[in-house]
Amino acid sequence: MTLEALAIGQRARIVAVDWDRVAPEDGKRLRALGIDEGARIAIAHRGVLGGRDPIAIMIGRMTIALRRAHAEAMTVEHL
Amino acid sequence: MTRLRRAALVGNPNAGKSALFNALTGARQKIANYPGVTVERKVGRLVLPSGEPVELIDLPGSYSFDAASPDEEVTRKVVMGEFPGEAKPDALVIVLDAANLEQHLVFAQEVIALGVPTVVALNMIDLAERDGLVLDPAALSQALGVPVVPTVAVRRRGLAELTEAIGSAEELADAQSHPDPRPHITLPERRLTARNIAKAAILSESTEHRIHAGLDKVLLHPWLGPLILFAILFVIFQAVFAWATPFADALDAGAGALSGLVVANFPAGFLRDLVTEGVIAGVGSVVVFLPQIVILFFFILLMEASGYMARAAFVMDRMMASVGLSGKSFIPLLSSFACAIPGIMATRSIADPKDRLTTILIAPLMTCSARLPVYGIIIAAVIPNTSVAPFVGLQGLVLLGLYLAGIVGAMVVALVLRKSVTKGDASGFIMELPRYQLPAVKDLLIGLWQRAWVFLRRAGTIIFAATVVLWLLLTFPKADPGESQVDASFAGQIATAMHPVFEPIGFNREMTLALVPAMAAREVAVSSLATTYAVDSDDEDKTLAALEGKISQLWGLPTALAFLAWFVFAPQCVSTIAVARRETNGWKWPAFMVGYLFALAYAFAGLTYWLATAAGL
Repeated sequence: MTLEALAIGQRARIVAVDWDRVAPEDGKRLRALGIDEGARIAIAHRGVLGGRDPIAIMIGRMTIALRRAHAEAMTVEHL
Repeated sequence: MTRLRRAALVGNPNAGKSALFNALTGARQKIANYPGVTVERKVGRLVLPSGEPVELIDLPGSYSFDAASPDEEVTRKVVMGEFPGEAKPDALVIVLDAANLEQHLVFAQEVIALGVPTVVALNMIDLAERDGLVLDPAALSQALGVPVVPTVAVRRRGLAELTEAIGSAEELADAQSHPDPRPHITLPERRLTARNIAKAAILSESTEHRIHAGLDKVLLHPWLGPLILFAILFVIFQAVFAWATPFADALDAGAGALSGLVVANFPAGFLRDLVTEGVIAGVGSVVVFLPQIVILFFFILLMEASGYMARAAFVMDRMMASVGLSGKSFIPLLSSFACAIPGIMATRSIADPKDRLTTILIAPLMTCSARLPVYGIIIAAVIPNTSVAPFVGLQGLVLLGLYLAGIVGAMVVALVLRKSVTKGDASGFIMELPRYQLPAVKDLLIGLWQRAWVFLRRAGTIIFAATVVLWLLLTFPKADPGESQVDASFAGQIATAMHPVFEPIGFNREMTLALVPAMAAREVAVSSLATTYAVDSDDEDKTLAALEGKISQLWGLPTALAFLAWFVFAPQCVSTIAVARRETNGWKWPAFMVGYLFALAYAFAGLTYWLATAAGL
């Protein structure tokens, strides 16, 4: 399943990232923040005003906001 | 051993670096820009226990030396000693967020590997404790091979220890590891090391972080979040007007009293007129708006320091995405309500170049505080002070309308630009949401002082000069008896020459005259009107109140409304154009910006005038 499909609060591990679907600069930024294969994450918040964008994920003790399009490029498995 | 002269603070964004910098150096900081880039260069003085002063540099926050933004590029070059004109720091202070060790240690390893004498400030240790983390600084120090000092910058904890450690950094240099013999460590390897070091340094940990999560549940709520943000923005704009009024009135009264004092104590003549009509009437009418600027910046600084600003960006992201931007553009645009210059500079945190360019181009459409004087005086003069509903005044409503016109204009322009000149893929939005914290009063005060000083310096230099030059142009040559002084003056002649262009959109000659110095700084439009009318009147009362009377007496409502519409879109001041040029590396985009703003301003002022005239106002 993709990170996009993950339920709020469910813990998961990123098992694969399709970096070709992410803009190069965005990819650099995500990796610098530790969002990469092997990272343990959970979705904390999703969407504003009825939309599904943006998404706030927890990684360690950091909260990172990203877009749905980024989350769709990431494959996760439940922990 | 060479003496330690220069040290630099480095670290991830949101590690509390600036607060630590403020705590270590106090209010005496020098803020300038690095040449060629609009990244702020903040330098202060730190006194070591030995009594020796050290120059301390606050470098922009970075996630890695593999620079993704102009900010990070500056940090990398300065630390490596590659920045032209900037000597390599003798020692580095890495600022780590104690609660985010695993993430922040990735960059810390890169810095330590440089082999420069380094000290680690384990900052915000109180927030880590609040989150249930117990850390072992000694274990961390051993793992990293450099001294580690726990600090709480905003509460001034650990500062003496940190200063002492910086003082001994040089001596430790020999004992420390030399440049990393394995420079090609991969990012996953660094990450693994970071995780292991963090694990070893954490004595105990509870997964609770209730305050943080609880606040986010409300503030990032899909429906409540936007509601709360709009409520906050509403309060801010209310406060800017309601709270500032007594202070502004006092300043205006002060200017009037000062003018009276000069009149009473000096003989009538050229110099006295220059001081009362030129300097006091001109500069005074601008300084009156200092309280509003300070209040607006107070809220912006508060939102930034508390961690809420990033949430506001999160909440606004979807709306900004609908015009092809991202939530990151919200922060520069909000700052632009105070002044477009810090707003345009704040766009450097936007990684996507086209996103950033679009944000720069629309930043001047946000109603900056320099336009407030213009709006304020004209609204007070021509819009009746009546209520349209309980607690809702017509004047305030018109003002809100002007702000909204700017915002809607900006959104439409952004949409058009993203489909034409800055066409490209939809931009991304990746942003760390820092933990909430109570801002330190001192940090807020330093920030406010720096902004107020920039404004006052403008009032004392560019606005002062523009006002005096205008007064001279208005005073010479002297009119023949029976002729109006303004008609006879150089300025009057210039205005007469320009007037045919602006007459169709309802501008009178005094307004046309005000447009020229308004290019230097928008608020000069008010002082220019004040000076123009002061020169022409025998009245001793040269204050804002007198100008208000003149406008309501001499301008028709359509004319006044057209003037307001002009300033919603008017090409911005020279300083903004200069910053835009520096930011975009050339004249192409500033020229484009001035062109489209001028066209919009002319069209909308005209439209307003014709419609208002047709409606019989």
